[in-house]
Amino acid sequence: MKVLVTGIAGGLGRMVAERLILEGHSVLGIDVRPWPAPPDGVEVFRADIRKRPAEDVFRTRRPDAVIHMGTVTHFSAGLERRYRINLGGTRAVFDRCARFGVKHAIFIGRHTYYGAAPDTPLYHTEADPPLAVSTFPELADMVAADLYAGTALWRHPEMSTAVLRMCYTLGSAGYGTLAQYIKGSYVPTILGFDPLYQFMHEKDAVTAIAAALDAKLRGVFNVAGPDPVPLSLLIRVTDRVNVPLPEPLFPLMTGRFGLPDLPAGAVKHLKHPVVVDDSAFRSATGFTHAWDEAQTMDDYRWG
Amino acid sequence: MDALVPQRLVLPEVATQVRKLDIEFSRYGLDRYGISREHVALFFSLLGWFYRHYFKISVHGIEHVPDRGRTMLVGNHSGGFAVDGAMILTSLILDKHPPRLGFGMAEKFLGRWPVFAPWLSRVGQLTGLPEHAEQFLRDDRALMVFPEGARGTAKLYWQRYDLVRFGTGFMRLAMQTGTPIVPVAFIGGGEILPTIYNAKTLGRLVGAPYVPVTPYLLAIPRPRTCHIHYGEVMRFEGDGTEPDEVIERNVDEVKARIEVLIEEGRQVRRVRRFGRKSRPEGEAR
Repeated sequence: MKVLVTGIAGGLGRMVAERLILEGHSVLGIDVRPWPAPPDGVEVFRADIRKRPAEDVFRTRRPDAVIHMGTVTHFSAGLERRYRINLGGTRAVFDRCARFGVKHAIFIGRHTYYGAAPDTPLYHTEADPPLAVSTFPELADMVAADLYAGTALWRHPEMSTAVLRMCYTLGSAGYGTLAQYIKGSYVPTILGFDPLYQFMHEKDAVTAIAAALDAKLRGVFNVAGPDPVPLSLLIRVTDRVNVPLPEPLFPLMTGRFGLPDLPAGAVKHLKHPVVVDDSAFRSATGFTHAWDEAQTMDDYRWG
Repeated sequence: MDALVPQRLVLPEVATQVRKLDIEFSRYGLDRYGISREHVALFFSLLGWFYRHYFKISVHGIEHVPDRGRTMLVGNHSGGFAVDGAMILTSLILDKHPPRLGFGMAEKFLGRWPVFAPWLSRVGQLTGLPEHAEQFLRDDRALMVFPEGARGTAKLYWQRYDLVRFGTGFMRLAMQTGTPIVPVAFIGGGEILPTIYNAKTLGRLVGAPYVPVTPYLLAIPRPRTCHIHYGEVMRFEGDGTEPDEVIERNVDEVKARIEVLIEEGRQVRRVRRFGRKSRPEGEAR
């Protein structure tokens, strides 16, 4: 199968491309960032997904499937860029998928869609509303992109669309939002709170994406790995120092003293858990995770 | 998690019982809800002291609580804050063989409180949401519910054995999940904390619905002997989609059973306190 991956030069994007090659697919990639020496069988086009050169890739190469992971978060992009890439980009990708006869489109979303609040349940099912809009305004663009991708299910019923709400990834490559947050030796947390964090090994995340492709998955699915662990445990096992800050001081301290820079909305996600129920995805694709929480944390720490 | 829990505070009796719990813990001593075996052991060691020495709880009919499988304990609520709930949970650990971990449904405002919020969720007392209740039951765990809710703990001293309106959600859930109900009566909650007034404004300041005020002002529970009476298992046919009349009839049945248990419990306590002869049965209270 000819698979087009957007955001291919990112950490997870490269790993997905490599896996798809191993599984015998031919892989095209679009990214504004360079990937200087991609493996054989991967063809990378340096373009903005919203612009004409990217459209030409669809028109001339006619991919069978598209994996759209060209989205950005507050760690790497400001508000305006996030809206441009996450909303404008997602719209462009799905429009082109429909126009150029793509049979299967997979949107890689995030489990933080559900948001964190004191009165939200553990193990969100796919029907739960996207509270992140209010609890973590910096995620609103990702929520909107997720919901927009989901509309392809009724706007373009001829195409199989899958929206994957994936939990955090962790592993030796060290890509992703959670890895960014705990990258330094000192990890700021909120004093008196210790939410559960749900993460999966990046290789399992790649396996899950490949499984969604194989199963021609259609619909909205949560994707997760092993059981969640408390943030304090994650910090300890990965050999970091937990720096609990009183909540009023948090915005003053982050971004300084070697602590990561976090937006104000992140506070809710450091106080309350976001944990998803992935049973629908597992039964639809047969996916099982290979790395448990201990191996995943170890691999992040030592890998 | 063990490094964080002062092990010397854990009572050997509690440690043994916690090891027997029918819950799958990971290598970090955590289950899928983030419940920590070490925190559970410490929690019930602390509560165990209150249970055995401060309140002197005596338990009746605990054999009615099934050893395994989904179970719903439904009780009366009183006493300002959930001392009754804590003692019922402790009885399931200390006096039940094999022990069971009961899952209470914590008040939503507790989720906002630093320290309390994570601590309660480490010991199985998650925010009282229907989603959590259903997950626990589908996982074959023992759920403890007080259908009177905060209306129940807000009872004043002279109302302590009156049952206020029962919610119906618990009944629909029990029917939908085919869960047997064990009625529970807690005798003494109102005496532990004799509320004469509920300070709502003060409550708002600390993020709680109210703060109970006692004749001695502070909401400190007094050491009183309490009794917990478990009743026989009740089962209700249906799938939880029945019209309100049906559900309410079932709820009333449970409520009536709890009232009977409360009556029996007060009788037993009277006998224990004063001896059978000084207060013959049937005498006006």
